[in-house]
Amino acid sequence: MTDNAVVAEGLVKHFGDVHALDGIDLTVARGQVVGLLGPNGAGKTTTVRILSTLLQPTAGRAEVAGFDVVRQPDQVRRAIGLTGQYAAVDEYLTGRENLRMFGDLYHLSPRYVKERSAELLEWFELTEAADRPAKTYSGGMRRRLDLAASLVAQPSILFLDEPTTGLDPRSRLGLWGVISNLVEQGTTVLLTTQYLEEADQLAQDIVVIDHGAVIAHGTAEQLKDQIGGDRLEVSVADPARVGDAIAALGGIGGGAVAEESRISMPVSGGSTVLVDAVRALDAQGIEVTDLLLRRPTLDDVFLALTGHAAEDDTPAPATGRGRRKDGAA
Amino acid sequence: MTTLTTAAPVSMSRPFYGWTLHDGLVVARRNLIQTVRVPELLFFSLVQPVIFVLLFAYVFGGAIPIPGDGAADAYRQYLMPGIFGQTVAFAAASSTVGLAEDMHKGLIDRFRSLPMSPPAVLIGRTFADAARQVLVLVVLTITGYVVGWRIDNGLLNAIWAYGLLLLFAYTVAWIGSWVGLYMPNPETANTAGLIWLFPLTFLSNAFVPINSLPGWLQTFAAWNPISALVLACRELFGNPTGIQPDYWPLQHAEAYTLISCTVLIVIFATLSVRRYRRTTSR
Ligand SMILES: Nc1ncnc2c1ncn2[C@@H]1O[C@H](COP(=O)(O)OP(=O)(O)OP(=O)(O)O)[C@@H](O)[C@H]1O
Ligand SMILES: [Mg+2]
Repeated sequence: MTDNAVVAEGLVKHFGDVHALDGIDLTVARGQVVGLLGPNGAGKTTTVRILSTLLQPTAGRAEVAGFDVVRQPDQVRRAIGLTGQYAAVDEYLTGRENLRMFGDLYHLSPRYVKERSAELLEWFELTEAADRPAKTYSGGMRRRLDLAASLVAQPSILFLDEPTTGLDPRSRLGLWGVISNLVEQGTTVLLTTQYLEEADQLAQDIVVIDHGAVIAHGTAEQLKDQIGGDRLEVSVADPARVGDAIAALGGIGGGAVAEESRISMPVSGGSTVLVDAVRALDAQGIEVTDLLLRRPTLDDVFLALTGHAAEDDTPAPATGRGRRKDGAA
Repeated sequence: MTTLTTAAPVSMSRPFYGWTLHDGLVVARRNLIQTVRVPELLFFSLVQPVIFVLLFAYVFGGAIPIPGDGAADAYRQYLMPGIFGQTVAFAAASSTVGLAEDMHKGLIDRFRSLPMSPPAVLIGRTFADAARQVLVLVVLTITGYVVGWRIDNGLLNAIWAYGLLLLFAYTVAWIGSWVGLYMPNPETANTAGLIWLFPLTFLSNAFVPINSLPGWLQTFAAWNPISALVLACRELFGNPTGIQPDYWPLQHAEAYTLISCTVLIVIFATLSVRRYRRTTSR
């Protein structure tokens, strides 16, 4: 067996003339967390569905836990847990009954299922609601039950498709804790997300995809380095003077973008930049309310790579959600 | 937050009846629990046939003569097996809508990602939908007795008739499953997905004697499996049957019911399982 829990090579998936995936390469080492990052319609769910044996690729191959997803789906299914993009639990069953059903379908002994369910319910803070139909659960509770269901059989590889979408910040933090905890215990995780912060927090390795192709790959730090140095951010007191401020800062660096009274620009040269900036602005008599130098976030990376922000729902020009053969993109 | 401490998973040993049936029963239990949790669904599925019984028995009852039977309440006796047949045919509706809902909610995706037997989800679904019909038949039988219908040919024959009705329910549940797996959403399933049931149930001998139908409709109705089922039930319950035109299925109602159900189950189970293996929710 290899050291890689997931290997995908040249995955292609066409739905009619929609090219959902255009040749995705991906590896996840055993025990690693990899974040699959991309905007709406990038192909995240399609990738996860192929890796979890739900869809057959049009071309390319993939191995999960050392088994081919097309030829050995049963072995793959025994090794994985899947939490899809939308919580998939039975609404009419209680939380406990849901876990029991999935445990039974994994062919686990009733005693084990009982203990494991109780433990998972406790862990996900669902014990109080355990005997109520899932219909009465809030979105966050359903999501947690959904995740618990994929953990009944203690899978060694976990696929999480946008696990925290729609959760409030507290639940999101809670779920991050759960995921980190699983990883500490040796679980391999492939998670998709639209939140750069999430990938940054959880994943050692990030794969950025757009229009079904990998456009960048590396650790969060590597991706940030890829777009170059730090960013200078300046807020001016009088929005009318933004133009003046940009002109004043011209000697420090180019490529400034302004949003209302806030200016952001890539710079190099470390902290002396701050001093230079203060002098330049002061010389023009521009009053500054905030001035800082920061490392680029994944948002900056995304913007630089794709030309649009990650959470920006607007698709690439004239292509709708999918990219078509006629190459409108 | 504490960490999980449960020991490694322990597998259960393979039951003597095999994993497919085991998994099918797990899914059937889930579908039956749903019936108990949402009694409204069962209630409304009962209301319609009960209203049908009352409507036909009291409103149309005298207007439809039964050839070969001059008794005043002949139509009532004739009608009940027709209502039984029509009602069990609608077992297909819950399979269609239920599967469309499961797909829509992503449950089918989850089931398909488990190392379970692929036909089990459909076996559990069809089994539960047929099992629910037991209760439906009990309620209908009672309603029938209230309006004056009688079983008139011995208990064993009656039990055999109920058996055929349940077999038919199981058969249409498979057809309904196959339809359900093609439905884009539960709403469509609830309308377009059920359309075929109306010609199936009305172009038959369920409500009117078959020789009152014009030419080609008569041929269709004669070969319609529901006609043979209803006729077999009339014979087994000892109710008036009317006079049968000369078609093989109507001369061999029980045999044709058994044959057509078996053939339909084989065809639609195969098609459904094949479809299930490649379906994903959108
Ligand atoms: N069953 C399908 N039939 C047709 N097109 C599909 C199907 N599934 C996905 N697509 C298309 O494939 C592309 C990739 O979809 P996918 O769901 O993988 O994106 P995603 O990255 O998960 O997006 P989101 O963030 O919105 O969940 C989209 O253009 C989508 O419309
Ligand atoms: Mg998605």
